[in-house]
Amino acid sequence: MISAITLDNIEHLAIGSSFLGTGGGGDPYLGSLLCREAIAKYGPVPVISVDELRDEDNIFIAAAMGAPTVMIEKLFSIEDQHRAVTTLERFLDREASAIISAEIGGCNSMMPVAYAAMRGLPIVDGDGMGRAFPALQMTSFNIEGVACAPLTIADEHGNSVLYQTTTGLKAEELARPVAAAMGASVCMSCYPMTGAQARGAVIPKTLSGAVAIGEAISLSSDPRTPLERLVAALRGHEYYKDAAVVFQGKITALDRDTSKGWVFGNCSIAAMTGSETAELQFQNENLLVSVGGRLRCVVPDLVTIVDLETAHAIPTERLAYGQRVAVVACSAPPLLTTARALEVVGPQCFGLDEQYIPLAELIEDLI
Amino acid sequence: MRIGVDVGGTNTDAVLLSGKKVLGAVKRPTSGDVSSGISEAVGALISECDVKPGEISAVMIGTTHFTNAFIQRRELVPVYALRIGFPAARGIPPFASWPEDLKTLVCGGSAMVPGGFEFDGREISPLDEAAIAEVVTEARAKGIGQIAVSCIFSQLNADHESRAAALISELAPEMEVSLSSELGRVGLLERENAAIMNASLRPLAETITAAFHRALEEQGITAPFYISQNDGTLMSADYMQRYPVMTFAAGPTNSIRGAAWLTGANEAIVVDIGGTTSDVGVLTGGFPRQSTVHVDVGGVRTNFRMPDILSIGLGGGSRIHEDGDTVSVGPDSVGYRLLSEGRVFGGDTLTASDIAVASGQISFGDPERVADLSPALLSGARAAISHLIDDAIDRMKTMPGDIPMILVGGGSVLVSETPRGVSEMMHPDHAGVANAIGAAIGQVSGEVDRIYNIADSEARSEAFADAEAQAKADAISAGAAPDSVEIVNIEAVPLQYLPGGATRVVCRAVGDLAMAE
Repeated sequence: MISAITLDNIEHLAIGSSFLGTGGGGDPYLGSLLCREAIAKYGPVPVISVDELRDEDNIFIAAAMGAPTVMIEKLFSIEDQHRAVTTLERFLDREASAIISAEIGGCNSMMPVAYAAMRGLPIVDGDGMGRAFPALQMTSFNIEGVACAPLTIADEHGNSVLYQTTTGLKAEELARPVAAAMGASVCMSCYPMTGAQARGAVIPKTLSGAVAIGEAISLSSDPRTPLERLVAALRGHEYYKDAAVVFQGKITALDRDTSKGWVFGNCSIAAMTGSETAELQFQNENLLVSVGGRLRCVVPDLVTIVDLETAHAIPTERLAYGQRVAVVACSAPPLLTTARALEVVGPQCFGLDEQYIPLAELIEDLI
Repeated sequence: MRIGVDVGGTNTDAVLLSGKKVLGAVKRPTSGDVSSGISEAVGALISECDVKPGEISAVMIGTTHFTNAFIQRRELVPVYALRIGFPAARGIPPFASWPEDLKTLVCGGSAMVPGGFEFDGREISPLDEAAIAEVVTEARAKGIGQIAVSCIFSQLNADHESRAAALISELAPEMEVSLSSELGRVGLLERENAAIMNASLRPLAETITAAFHRALEEQGITAPFYISQNDGTLMSADYMQRYPVMTFAAGPTNSIRGAAWLTGANEAIVVDIGGTTSDVGVLTGGFPRQSTVHVDVGGVRTNFRMPDILSIGLGGGSRIHEDGDTVSVGPDSVGYRLLSEGRVFGGDTLTASDIAVASGQISFGDPERVADLSPALLSGARAAISHLIDDAIDRMKTMPGDIPMILVGGGSVLVSETPRGVSEMMHPDHAGVANAIGAAIGQVSGEVDRIYNIADSEARSEAFADAEAQAKADAISAGAAPDSVEIVNIEAVPLQYLPGGATRVVCRAVGDLAMAE
């Protein structure tokens, strides 16, 4: 495990979290700039493992919420994140002793690091998804009984709003219009928990996992190809370990529909030699892939399309005809595959007909 | 009659066009002072074609000078970056994403002041003019003469940027101001970077404009001259002095546009083979397909209008490698030393050009010097070249099915067979100077990129009408003949997660340059 997030490994975290974003989660680029500024100013961020948490610790989430097209104009500020968290701290009369990411996949891996740097607090080696998901209730926190509310959002002018709602779904529904009124790019905190709660509800080792994945992809001194290094790093992780390249080829068809607020669609990939094809389905994140009609991976297990040469993840919105890609699948953390979890993040929650089958069974011949 | 000039790193090409005819073309080495190379090329062209300088109605120049200066960190000046939008965006200040060496050279200070807009047009904060006055004082004290102004959502509403510019000019008339809203699109950091890059190149732009003037004056040409922009359209000399970054991708754009003009094609793959690399681009609707991802220039992220180009390491000077039975080509190249190092020119290095000569595709140099090459080596090298081209074409296609291809550039003799995935290969006359032709045929354009609130179909028509009118007005103010202006592209992208139908509309108008022909 890594002991701190520093200027040297922040880029690895960005690359690794893009992979865990499984096609969605947002571009960590702006967040990594924010982290660079924060770490340069406040120093490296110590990483604390879930095992090291004490029962009485208070863990707070830092996250950005809004429209990606607005975020690239208004960027982010740690001060606004601070207001979202302190509003929640004051309401609960508890002071944060550690910060955590709700979603390690994509841009929300970054804000918590920058914010922890500012607070001088450790960041927990773990998160609530172990990947990226499109909705606030799709977390291990929720699955394991931690309440999403009270939830706070804050803008750059000193305004903050706290929601005390019955469910996470309701909190999200009520917060969206206010977030738009605040300029559609706000900072958020939710799922406040104690160390005791966190121990059962946090997916551990995903932060160090993301850094290890990113480091493996970028380590050019290693003679293996980036793709081989990526798979080796996944196989060395506690839960991403059932991992394989399930297909390699060229994108030959792409069908994307952004009309309902999500990016729905599918993508066909043809082998460079031979006639085999792979079919991928996505809704912001990649949901399932089958090769020659045979199911190879289904959500919540992870499937990411990466560049064949660099092994860098290609987000759904940047997929294009002709790209040479590898489809890499790896197993989801155990907290996401329990019977209770599958009711929240299983294939049916995304309107799929397929039943969940563990990745280890689907790629038995490849591992 | 018009003259097109392409000032490349190695050669300066000039062509003379009358209507749809190419009257002549010449190639001369590029000179260190830029001016004498252009003067020589243009002088040779008009004497070769036997025309009088007074018969020339316009000169169009494409240049890679500013791109090269920025990438090589030459002749850049320090810039003060003023960002309007505080308290938003303060976590990532200007220059945060710049490489250290470039930042040391260009960063002359920065400030974030209150102002800016929300996505729906509301003000984030009122513009703080007193804070801007302080910035001017500070920049002046530091001896900085260039200010780059950016503002949150300024491509939606440029009011705060223009007010800041007016204030700066009033307080410090000697300072030059670059506005982000005039350079980039949605994406504050990228647009701000474009403004800073632009500001850092402005003194050089003045020098280059003077060099262009001098070169044409020497040849007795009094007609106005224009400069090629990234998107294949033209700008005036005055405009280039203010917006040098708008030339950054003019080279590849001109070659694609030139290829289109020479063949009459509107939809095709264009393969431009040079000495060291080949650029593969896509012609769609008569214009180069634009890149949709961020473009790094010299390590700085930007979002200019740039053509989507795939560069591969294949050119006339590419070295041939033999490893047992396998033959590979490039990516290393002898480059401009081809004329001394290539085998047919008396050198010892086996290059792609030698293969073309030995295979009888072209005759230059001394064919005897490659007569001993084995048929296996020749066919292996030709197969390797074909494979590189086939592969690049395949990567650039966006749809299955065969597509026409246009072959241009000095190294185009390397390709003898129609590549895979190509329905028809065109290799027009004057393909070697497609770049200069692309410059000569430049049109002028206007573009709008802003967010509208589109709640229903009526609002949609109104938004589109507004965007079209704005784009046309921009094109006309850039020099287009009003009756020639047409809308070439309009797209609407609904913004995710936002209620109220917030939609980003991008609209582009293009017209012929208004001039006496």
